[in-house]
Amino acid sequence: MMEHRHPLFMPLIFVGGLIFGFGLGFSHMARPEVVLNFLQFEDFGLLFVMGGAAVVTGLAFGLIPRLLDDAPLTGDAYGRRLKSFDRNVLIGGAIFGVGWGLSGICPGAAYASLGVGNVTILWALAGMFVGAYIQGVWRSQQDASETMPAGAD
Amino acid sequence: MVTEFIDPGLYETLFPNGVSRYAVGGLLVGLGAVVIYVGTGIAAGASTFLESTLSYVSEQSRFQRYVSSRDWRIVFTLGIVAGAAVYALTFQSGVLTSGLYQSGSTGSTYDIGGLTLWLTDVQPWRLFLGGILVGIGTRIGKGCTSGHGVCGVGSASKTSIVGVITFLAVAIGTAQIVMALEVSP
Repeated sequence: MMEHRHPLFMPLIFVGGLIFGFGLGFSHMARPEVVLNFLQFEDFGLLFVMGGAAVVTGLAFGLIPRLLDDAPLTGDAYGRRLKSFDRNVLIGGAIFGVGWGLSGICPGAAYASLGVGNVTILWALAGMFVGAYIQGVWRSQQDASETMPAGAD
Repeated sequence: MVTEFIDPGLYETLFPNGVSRYAVGGLLVGLGAVVIYVGTGIAAGASTFLESTLSYVSEQSRFQRYVSSRDWRIVFTLGIVAGAAVYALTFQSGVLTSGLYQSGSTGSTYDIGGLTLWLTDVQPWRLFLGGILVGIGTRIGKGCTSGHGVCGVGSASKTSIVGVITFLAVAIGTAQIVMALEVSP
């Protein structure tokens, strides 16, 4: 797979990330305080960030598949981002919500926060890796026991 | 302008920092995702990086499913960090100014060689504990504010819309409790 990759694949991913991160900085989403101000109903500006971003992706995801047959750098067909719904979406969403409400930080904004000079955010990034690791160990064990007779759920 | 349609006092209450920096920033966040989508067909999210990167150091079977995407996810994340650094070098440092950009007074700033950097006042224990929950929750819940909130909602995915409503509602409840307990900053 790697050897068939278009030479512009990585540069394009980087440029996309660059614009994405610049936008997070410009919108002040890289500042946990601003996110907390939204969640505490003191500044509703965050609605314009999520709304503005979703409008742009919504238009592009709707239009591009009609204009192009497949993606030039991968040859892949354009699809929508559809994930299956199950109770994990609710359980995980709720856990994420508690973390987001406590810290004012989500993954993309945390990476951007490092870029604006916020070294204190390394606490949040360290926490995220710890959390991702904990769920990874737990779910690896779960997957391994799936072939065994089902126990109490 | 938006401001002419609603009572100025109400507008000031709802949007004390205006809306332009938020809207312009949001459009750019969306544009970044679209650039990647147009070229590659990938609707990227930011939280998978956490799991995919762990595949370099952990043999846990859960992480192995991300081996094929882990290298570009690192490049995407480095791009995000670099893009925010470009913002710090320009607007945050005052080298560029725009009527659409309003700087804020949150946290504290410090200068290194003419570059204005920014530091949060939110306490480390909140960041660390919140980070652990974010790490667990985004991975179990199949996405975060970018995967579900930007690309998923942009795809009109019902799963993502339900996901966003869930984490938004719980986050608001949590932040209100934290505020009521007078935890600050």
